[in-house]
Amino acid sequence: MSESTLVAGQLFNGISVASILLLAALGLALSFGLMRVINMAHGEMLMMGGYLTYVSVSVFGKGTGFVIGLVVAFIGTGLFGALLEVTLIRRLYGRPLDTLLATWGVSLILQQAARSIFGPIGVEVTAPAWLSGTLSLGGTVMTGLSIPAVRVFIIVLAAVVLGGVGFIIARTRLGLLVRAVHANRAIAEALGTNTRAVDLAVFALGTAIAGLAGSALSLIAPVTPTVGQSYIVYAFLVVIVGGLGSLTGTLAAAVLIGVFSAGAQIFTSQSFSDVLLLLCVIAFMQVRPRGIVSQSSRALEEA
Amino acid sequence: MRSFHSARRLLVSIVAAALCLATFAPPSPAADAVQVGVLQSLTGTMAISEVTVKNATLLAIDQINASGGVLGKQIQPVVEDGASDPSMFAQKAQKLIQQDNVATVFGGWTSASRKAMLPVFERFHSLLWYPVQFEGNECSPDIMYSGAQPNQQILPALDWAEQKGYKSIFLLGSDYVFPRTANLILKKHIEHDGKTMAGEEYVPLGGTDFSAVINKIKVAKPDIIFNTLNGDSNVSFFKQMAAAGLPSAKLPVMSFSIAEQEAKAIGPSLLEGSYAAWNYFQSLPDPVNKKFVAAYQAKYPGSPVDDPMAHGYLDVYAWAAAVKKAGSFDSDKVRKAAVALAYSDVGLGPTKFANNQSLVQTAYVGQLLPSGQFKILWQSKGPVVPVPYDPLSFPGKTCVL
Repeated sequence: MSESTLVAGQLFNGISVASILLLAALGLALSFGLMRVINMAHGEMLMMGGYLTYVSVSVFGKGTGFVIGLVVAFIGTGLFGALLEVTLIRRLYGRPLDTLLATWGVSLILQQAARSIFGPIGVEVTAPAWLSGTLSLGGTVMTGLSIPAVRVFIIVLAAVVLGGVGFIIARTRLGLLVRAVHANRAIAEALGTNTRAVDLAVFALGTAIAGLAGSALSLIAPVTPTVGQSYIVYAFLVVIVGGLGSLTGTLAAAVLIGVFSAGAQIFTSQSFSDVLLLLCVIAFMQVRPRGIVSQSSRALEEA
Repeated sequence: MRSFHSARRLLVSIVAAALCLATFAPPSPAADAVQVGVLQSLTGTMAISEVTVKNATLLAIDQINASGGVLGKQIQPVVEDGASDPSMFAQKAQKLIQQDNVATVFGGWTSASRKAMLPVFERFHSLLWYPVQFEGNECSPDIMYSGAQPNQQILPALDWAEQKGYKSIFLLGSDYVFPRTANLILKKHIEHDGKTMAGEEYVPLGGTDFSAVINKIKVAKPDIIFNTLNGDSNVSFFKQMAAAGLPSAKLPVMSFSIAEQEAKAIGPSLLEGSYAAWNYFQSLPDPVNKKFVAAYQAKYPGSPVDDPMAHGYLDVYAWAAAVKKAGSFDSDKVRKAAVALAYSDVGLGPTKFANNQSLVQTAYVGQLLPSGQFKILWQSKGPVVPVPYDPLSFPGKTCVL
């Protein structure tokens, strides 16, 4: 395999990792970025999506079961998020540390529930036949640049979800209300917006996207009670580096982190590339504490 | 008046504190019972492997109790959760020894957990029975090492691979002491045998992203991958290898931490054709083994049985036999008796503890079938004597206890 194929391979991997990060972080960009709710159970939303896909595949078989699983994961996790918002998050607005603690508790409960229902060792979800192929450019499987169908699927899904959320925020009435509540909650309320309903919708959408992400990620990662813990730190990293409240920022951060991580691994091991990544993030946050795309307004100064 | 009130308050608080402390007192064992500790990860990333070792240990305890116990006493297990966290293992080990006054402890899996527990057992001169294959390099009088030393698992696998004609070997592992030391030993022997090490990569324990690693494997073009990944990482690795068009049928993988149980969790379809090296396979035709498997599956229907479970089971029987021989539960007497026992067979073939407190045992290489069971391709010419310090990698060091 030539040098250029290695670099091209890592470039593709960077985009693939970026798409994984983006999918994992988008839900959090909505609940944390827009609403400032620190949802420590976000990783468990991903886990829930994976398990719902497993159930769906068990019932409907591998091919159709997976597609149904995506839908079930989206709706099921969204409903759970709505329930969580109404019973718990709603009572803790404006109290970020309490929300952090409460959602951490929810995360532990969900992990144990998964353990009790499905067992501690995780369940098997494998890719359906139509997603199992690999495209090899410029050679054989061993020598050419390989483009696994699963990774392409995740990239496409991330793009579609990002586009969908962006469309909702930018072009729909709900999106308008979300932007208004984000910009200045008090004035939006004074103008008659039902901020409680908007909060519910945003949080539920955030968790629904996390469930969808977990469902897609079950193709390349394990489905175990603790799988959420692997993603949550990177999800927060992407949202904070990207800038709270900005989808463009989240995208930019995901791409930067993914490509940097893949690029660094050309020269060094994964552990060390993680160290380098975090050092760069720390340095970046010193220079630009509000993230890549920062929004400033007087209302937000108080937040 | 004031002094009377404050004296009464003081008395009340002393009584309250005493009552609180009393509730934390260890449950005292029945007079005709002896307590033993069972310490494994029941939660966390290693639970995938360790919960069943606990089950097998408890099965052996039940069986021994049913036939009269040991020295006339019933064995009372005290089960604790190491939570896949080495510092938790050390904490719980200390709790078992100090608070529960256990006669011995069966447990540990990762070398990190064993290294964390080692000072605890040496400080209290209690005895730990460690059932998992590991990197060797340790020689403590307070641990009975029944899991494979490198020369009983890793090196036989290397010999087998070289005999099959594999010349270029890629080393992949999780980033902690066992894979690092195992690969150190492998590199020395690969060089000594005139073969090529195609590459060496490490992924953080629990890591799920193998895109870069797979790319590097393709650059290196090995004949076979020697895989010391542990826990959930194996699931991600095999899923992503299959997605990249490199299932085990195309690029052989020899794994050292995948047994029947992990195969079931990962999905035999992803692993089909890959190899593993152990000192026990569920498919061993030994009739004693068949009884063991039947007994375990009677309690846990449909559950596979693997090497660490078999060692957990063996450890309890070995301890019971040593206690009987020594006529005492004292750790020092028990360990001296344990290394003086004759060969016995609890399902792994003939085994016994050597003077260095490691187990003399046969090495097997197997290939995974779609059923999730292993077909045994090769076995060593008889039980292999354990060598804790590899002579090529750590010349001059020996283990004399």
